[in-house]
Amino acid sequence: MEQVMNNSLGFPILSTLIFLPIAGAALLLLINRSKEDLTKWVSLGISIITFMASLLLFTNFDKTTHLMQFTEKLAWIPQWNMNYSLGLDGISVLFVLLSTLITILCILISWNSIKMKVKEFYISLLFLEGAMIGVFCSLDFMLFYIFWEAMLIPMYLLIGVWGGPNRIYAAVKFFLYTLVGSVLMLVGIIVLYYYAGRTFDILELMTKPYPYQMQLVLFWAFFAAFAVKVPMFPVHTWLPDAHTEAPTAGSVVLAAVLIKMGAYGFLRFSMPILPEASKAMTPVMIGLSVIAIIYGGIICLAQTDLKRLIAYSSVSHMGFVTLGIFALNTQGMEGGILQMINHGIVTGALFLSVGAIYDRTHTRQIADYGGVASVMPVFATMFMVFTFAAIGLPATNGFIGEFLIILGGFAASQLAGVLATTGIIIGAGYMLWLYQRVFFMETNPKVSGLKDIDAREIMALLPMVILIFWIGVYPDTFLGYMHASVSHLLERVNTGSGPAIAAAGNVVEILK
Amino acid sequence: MQFVMPDLSPVMPEIVLTLLALFILMADLVIKRKETIALMSIISVGIVAYLLSGSLGTTFNGMYVSDGYSTFFKLIFIVNVILTVLISVKYIEVEKVNFGEYYSLILFSTLGMMLMASAGDLIVLYLGLELMALSTYVLAGFIRYDVRSNEAAMKYLLLGAFASAFLLYGTSMIYGLTGTTDIRAISDYIVKNGLASNPVLTLSIMLFAVAFSFKIAAVPFHMWAPDVYEGAPTSITAFMSVGPKAAGFAVLGRVFMVAFGSVKVEWAAVLVPIAILTMGVGNIVALSQTNIKRMLAYSSIAHAGYMLLGIIAGTTDGMASVLNYMLIYGFMNMGAFAVVIMLRSEGFKGDQISDYEGLSKTHPMAAALMLVFMFSLTGIPPTAGFMGKFYIFMSAINAGYTWLVIIAVIFSAISAYFYLRIVMYMYMKEPKETVQLSTSNGLSLALAIAVIAVLAIGVLPASVVNFARIAVAGF
Repeated sequence: MEQVMNNSLGFPILSTLIFLPIAGAALLLLINRSKEDLTKWVSLGISIITFMASLLLFTNFDKTTHLMQFTEKLAWIPQWNMNYSLGLDGISVLFVLLSTLITILCILISWNSIKMKVKEFYISLLFLEGAMIGVFCSLDFMLFYIFWEAMLIPMYLLIGVWGGPNRIYAAVKFFLYTLVGSVLMLVGIIVLYYYAGRTFDILELMTKPYPYQMQLVLFWAFFAAFAVKVPMFPVHTWLPDAHTEAPTAGSVVLAAVLIKMGAYGFLRFSMPILPEASKAMTPVMIGLSVIAIIYGGIICLAQTDLKRLIAYSSVSHMGFVTLGIFALNTQGMEGGILQMINHGIVTGALFLSVGAIYDRTHTRQIADYGGVASVMPVFATMFMVFTFAAIGLPATNGFIGEFLIILGGFAASQLAGVLATTGIIIGAGYMLWLYQRVFFMETNPKVSGLKDIDAREIMALLPMVILIFWIGVYPDTFLGYMHASVSHLLERVNTGSGPAIAAAGNVVEILK
Repeated sequence: MQFVMPDLSPVMPEIVLTLLALFILMADLVIKRKETIALMSIISVGIVAYLLSGSLGTTFNGMYVSDGYSTFFKLIFIVNVILTVLISVKYIEVEKVNFGEYYSLILFSTLGMMLMASAGDLIVLYLGLELMALSTYVLAGFIRYDVRSNEAAMKYLLLGAFASAFLLYGTSMIYGLTGTTDIRAISDYIVKNGLASNPVLTLSIMLFAVAFSFKIAAVPFHMWAPDVYEGAPTSITAFMSVGPKAAGFAVLGRVFMVAFGSVKVEWAAVLVPIAILTMGVGNIVALSQTNIKRMLAYSSIAHAGYMLLGIIAGTTDGMASVLNYMLIYGFMNMGAFAVVIMLRSEGFKGDQISDYEGLSKTHPMAAALMLVFMFSLTGIPPTAGFMGKFYIFMSAINAGYTWLVIIAVIFSAISAYFYLRIVMYMYMKEPKETVQLSTSNGLSLALAIAVIAVLAIGVLPASVVNFARIAVAGF
């Protein structure tokens, strides 16, 4: 059993973060349906309080240790040895912050665009926030699974109720893909539970050795859940539909947080619990990542729909993330984690921007735009920042992440490194071309006379701009959080299970 | 020969229920307000529930066993009666079949179930089963001016009679082999004489499996279920989808786990294909249904398939998971049927899935409740349906049936499609016509009980799980 650190704050901060939004959702239930403004203000207030509370994590996090921090543990279902066990380490802490920030922005951007079933919308969004934070904080595998699955309900509704014309198809596809993957993981979890001596405790599961064959089977069982979520090639096909049809807030949450959970799952579960299998499977994972990078990029070039293009660019970017993670070295893994945050910020920002302009024109076709820069100069400037960050221009966050990943990728496999670099070139191609077609060229009559973004929209986009440059110029603020945890994880993966090593050590002793 | 009065305390709840049911039957002649009868039946089962706690024991030379196992099932039956009565009051008025016999038949049927749960002897088992079945046949055809209801009753009667015949064949076969109908004595005889692969034993196991499969609506003996569920009054459909199914599982568990406990391998080989078929047919055929009662019928078939996994596991943990699931299933299924009933109003059938279009706009509360029940039936946390399935899968994997669980989870994922279709109709489509809801206090209370139970057990299942485990500890 690994050690954990006691909660350094005087109160259960993680439970507060999880249940504040859920309690907020319950509170919204009580508000009269006709008071839409009150509903919005209450949900905005709750999301801001949650974000403020989550900043305590940022300031009180001890960066020098890989141990779990802010831990809480309560017996939940003692018959199954299932515990309500929460904690954060350097890998998960940033995601919690990302989730709380993104929720505020989602509420801001949806302020005027959601006109029907307003109450249900904000209830779904807040419930989703609670479940997302729960996913990143869980230290019990079943607790994790429950939050992971519970997220499906609000997300299904977000896409299906407030989405675009083809929303029902997209919602069902999203739900079924994710569910099939998850239930296979569930079987894997139960098998692991019995093998490890009836425990769901992640820290305990990490310390046990498992036979190699079993590790392989479990690796693929977990892969089913995590790869669908990332999404990795070839199970990525739900993503373009879901992203495209979801309302702006849904796309943003999906892009910024939900799909990170797949990669997070690899880091939190597959690698430390199944180190040998993860190591053995790196060629496959790197191969799939490289395919995703290039394939996703090329498909972007052919898109005529704004949101669909950004959706496919996510496939490509998440390919970078998985490449970095499975490079199994410090640069790659830290780059991968940072790139997840970056992608959350950049793609989130891109979807927010597309949402802002969609609210004005109600079209997502690239051909309907052109010359937007001349009518919406502020918006065009911000979008340019996001475009550059997506491409990975130096001084933006994208550069740091991709640079680290490619550095790590080269160390793992030169071929993968070279191929991934071509992905960046393709990325520059489609993003710049997109920018050109939308913002430059002749002003399309459909966009002439559009109002530039207002204060509310600037409020939603500005934090992203700041973060892009902050990470781009001084990434150590964020990388600093993960050093200890990443090196600990890599040690575990690269040396195999602890007891197995100890056993080998004993054999050597005897031989001497 | 001296006559010794048998100990009546274990059977006291049933005796009291018999008297109360008869009393209600008589009282119906003088009481004009049928709501009073409904209230009386709820009070009756309340009294029975109170008596249950002091009834533990065995009597009539082991023919009647009142243990934790039977008590747990009896509580399910009682919850089932309470919820059924609550959702019936307004409904049978709408259907114009507001007769007092309705309630006494429900009580008699429940009495039969209680006898089944406590049966320590195959003859008692048969008596209970017939009492339950005969009352339910009448209830299924209770809307006597409706052809579909008549058809349902007829079909149920004919196929049920076959099932009873199979049960009697099995019983006589086992009597011929072992010379006894006592469940414990059968087990002892099989162990003592090493009858493990005796063909007569195998045959009688198969006959029992067929008979019980009829009662729990397992494939390929499920043919009656969709038609009967569709034709019967909706409140009775709800009642049948929980009560007789639970009773079927009660006897299935007791006969297979106790009487045939030593030849687990043989009956597992019979039940495994039945379970796979049940999950498969139930979930896949449900995909194409347009009538919600039919859809819920196939869904209830599928749920029987999941529960069979717990029996197949053949451990006390497996049994506990079945008990746990049955209770949870009772709440979520009753809740779903309560919403279905709410849509039925004067001159509007409301049993087509398309009737749910845009319900969230016209009746947001009803839609939200249905949403919870649909997600629970799918088995998505944080609802109780997830905890129920999870326990079953866990015990089956522990018994070495990982491959079977993989099949089950895949089917469970498929089931998401048709449950979510209801959600989709309610939330993602526009209402075509204004649906009038027929609500009543009883219905609201039933819905409140069901939704609170589904969410509470989903978030904090520890006490229910513990209760189920204690209940099977004596096995």
